Amino acid sequence: MDAWQITGFTMATAAAATLLMLPPGLLLAWLLARGRFRGRVLLDTLVSLPLVMPPVATGLVLLMLVAPRGPLGRVLARAGVDVVFTWKAVVLAMTVMGLPLLVRTVRAGIEQVDRRYEAAAATLGAGPVRVFLTVTLPLARPAVAAGAVLGFARAIGEFGATIMIAGSIPGSTRTLAVAIYSLAETGRDGDAAVLVAISAAIAFGALCVSNWISSRADLRA
Amino acid sequence: MIVLDFFLRQGSFTLDVHAQLDRPVTALFGPSGAGKTTALDAIAGLRTPSSGSITIDRRVLFDSSRGVNVQPHRRHVGYVAQDVALFPHMSVRRNVLYGRREGQKLSLATVAEMLEIETLLERDVPQLSGGERQRVALARALMSAPELLLLDEPLAAVDVERRRRILPYLERVRDELRVPIVYVTHDPAEARQLADQVIVLEEGQIVRQHPRA
Repeated sequence: MDAWQITGFTMATAAAATLLMLPPGLLLAWLLARGRFRGRVLLDTLVSLPLVMPPVATGLVLLMLVAPRGPLGRVLARAGVDVVFTWKAVVLAMTVMGLPLLVRTVRAGIEQVDRRYEAAAATLGAGPVRVFLTVTLPLARPAVAAGAVLGFARAIGEFGATIMIAGSIPGSTRTLAVAIYSLAETGRDGDAAVLVAISAAIAFGALCVSNWISSRADLRA
Repeated sequence: MIVLDFFLRQGSFTLDVHAQLDRPVTALFGPSGAGKTTALDAIAGLRTPSSGSITIDRRVLFDSSRGVNVQPHRRHVGYVAQDVALFPHMSVRRNVLYGRREGQKLSLATVAEMLEIETLLERDVPQLSGGERQRVALARALMSAPELLLLDEPLAAVDVERRRRILPYLERVRDELRVPIVYVTHDPAEARQLADQVIVLEEGQIVRQHPRA
C-alpha cells in the first residue's frame, strides 16, 4: 500500500471536483436564493437529492448516464473520452456528491446579503449578472469559502458513488475511502487504520477551516 | 417632464399617484407611512405598480396597459436611498465609479470637488461619518449620469449642524448639473428651501400640490 500516493490522488481529485462544482454551484445557489421562477422547488429538490439518496444509487444513475452506451457516455465516447473506471469517474462522483453541500451553504450566504446593495447596484446601471459578480458574490464570500471547503471535505469522503463508477483500481481510481474499504475487506486492518487516521486529519482540518471562516464572518457582521 | 400616473397595492396599503413634475426639484412631503419611499421605489423600478404608467421626458419606463416595465438598470434613474447602501466591500473611489456610464461627461474630479469628497476617495466605507456617506452616495448616483435623481430623506440620518452643511451641496447639484430631482422629506423647512414644487402625500394619496398641476 502506498498511503501517500492514495492521499495525494484523493486530494487532487477532490480539489478538481471542488473547482468543477463551483461554477454550477454558484449559479444554482443564486437561482435558488434570488430567482423567482416556476419549478424553483423542483430544482431545489433535485439539487439536494444526492444528499439524501443512497450514494450507491446516485452512483448507479451516474454509471447509466456515462457508460459507453449511456446517453452522455455515447457523446463522450465519440469525443474519445472514456470516463467509467478512470480518475475522471472519481472526479465526477465527487462533484455530484459535493455539489449539494456547496449550493446549500452558498445559498444561505446569498440570502443573508442585504438586498438594498443589489437594488443600489441596479439603479446604478448594473444588470443582474454584474450585480451578482460585483456585489452579491463578494458580500457572500465567507459562505462561498465555507461551502467550497465543505464540498471538498465531502469529496474526500466520497465512497458509494465512486465505487459504482470508478471501482477500486490501485494506483488509478483508488481513493482514501475506497482503499479503507478494500483493505479492511482483505483483512489488512493495520493499513486501513493508517488511512483512517489520514482521512480523519484531513476532515478535521477542513472543518476547522470552514468553522474559522464562518466565525470570522460572524465577527465582521 | 416626469409624468406619474400609477396605482400600487401592497397588502392593505394602496398608493395612488397622479402628478406631473415639471420643475427642477419636486419635494415629496408627508408623514412616515404615507408612501413616499414606495413611490420612489416604483419610479426606480424596484417595485412594480399594479397599474398605470411612469414616463420621463416621453420615455416610457412603465406602462401596464402596454406591458412595458423597464428594468431598474436600464432606467437611468439615480436613487440615493435613505440608508444610502454604499457597498461595504469597496473603497469610496470604487463606490463612486461603480455606475459610471460610457461617454459620461462629468468627471470624477468635478463631482468629488463639488461634493468635497476628494480626501475621502481612498477610504473604506465603514470609516465614513453619516454626512460623508450621504455625499459619497450622492456622488455615486451622479456619476451614473441619471436623467432623474431620487433622494430619500438625504438629511434624515444627520444632525442639525450637518444638515446645514449638506443642504448647500444639494443646491449645487440642482443649480450646476440641472438634473431633475425628486426629494422625499418630512421636514417642511427642507421642502421650502430646495423645492420648486411640493407634493403632499398622506396615506398613499396626494392631498395637496403646490403649485397646482
